[in-house]
Amino acid sequence: MLTELSLNILDVANNSIRAGANLIVIQVSIHTREDILTIKIIDNGHGMTKEQLSQVEDPFFTTRTTRDVGLGIPFLKQAALITGGTFSIKSKPNVETLVYASFGLSHIDRMPLGDINSTIYTLVLANQEIDFLYVFQCDDKEFQLDTRSLKDILGDISFDTPEVAEFIRDYLNDNYNETAGGCNF
Amino acid sequence: MIIIMKQLEAVISSQTVNLYLIIGGKQMKSLEELKAIRESMQAQMGLRNEDTNQTRIVVGMATCGIASGARPVLMELSKIVQEKGLSKVMVTQTGCIGLCQYEPIVEVIEPGKEKVTYIKMTPEKAKEIVDQHIIRGQIVSKYTISEDIG
Repeated sequence: MLTELSLNILDVANNSIRAGANLIVIQVSIHTREDILTIKIIDNGHGMTKEQLSQVEDPFFTTRTTRDVGLGIPFLKQAALITGGTFSIKSKPNVETLVYASFGLSHIDRMPLGDINSTIYTLVLANQEIDFLYVFQCDDKEFQLDTRSLKDILGDISFDTPEVAEFIRDYLNDNYNETAGGCNF
Repeated sequence: MIIIMKQLEAVISSQTVNLYLIIGGKQMKSLEELKAIRESMQAQMGLRNEDTNQTRIVVGMATCGIASGARPVLMELSKIVQEKGLSKVMVTQTGCIGLCQYEPIVEVIEPGKEKVTYIKMTPEKAKEIVDQHIIRGQIVSKYTISEDIG
């Protein structure tokens, strides 16, 4: 069981990584007036065929050969549906795969978002060959982290150089606080 | 109001080139600071080197790993490696290794040596592994998989 939405996001993004994506877009949006939280994860990996797509929400379906059950997607789907939300996956093989989940923001069963900054930091630092675009929105405020912009500035300097890693951590934390501050959820 | 904001953003972006977000009168952290970091590091080491001399610390990050606490383990490993300035060590991730009951799993792959698999990791144990194994070269056998099975 994954106890935070941010852990579910980490899990779904890892499917994208395994699908050979080199660009992963992660968008978390909170709209307090509409009382909704949405998560979108889009990647350009090899995607899924219609047949795989129809099976992917089944816990006893997995593409892995190392074990027989795949719980990631069913976890997220269930977490969304119990809050009166929705869940969908769409895929165009080798073009784009989109995972979308919406949640009733104030629903008692909605999992906390949790440490989303650690999820993004972990993905960015441990997969430097992949580009990430992360967008966090809360009502009228938003910020984004685009690793392509970071690479433009840094050239050959690695993200795990201490000064750079610290910058990324602070960038995520400070802008999250600035964006989420005053937006009650 | 929106139009004014857009105009404001246009003025700002034309001046600073980069993502500057001004919302509600407050300024967010921008990438300008990263440029300054980059300048100060010019001609320094820290290049993204994929040379064969590199030690890799690999954390299992599939559903099983994440559910059992892999994220804080990876965060801790990344933090200590940076703190200790271990430039030849790279912390990275992989999917499911097929030993879900032993997650979080951390593999240490040193050039020319056999891979060492550590199981049931916590941030504290991970720190020990960096101190003992990565820095001093002594495998922490009490946390290895062979110790658990054997």
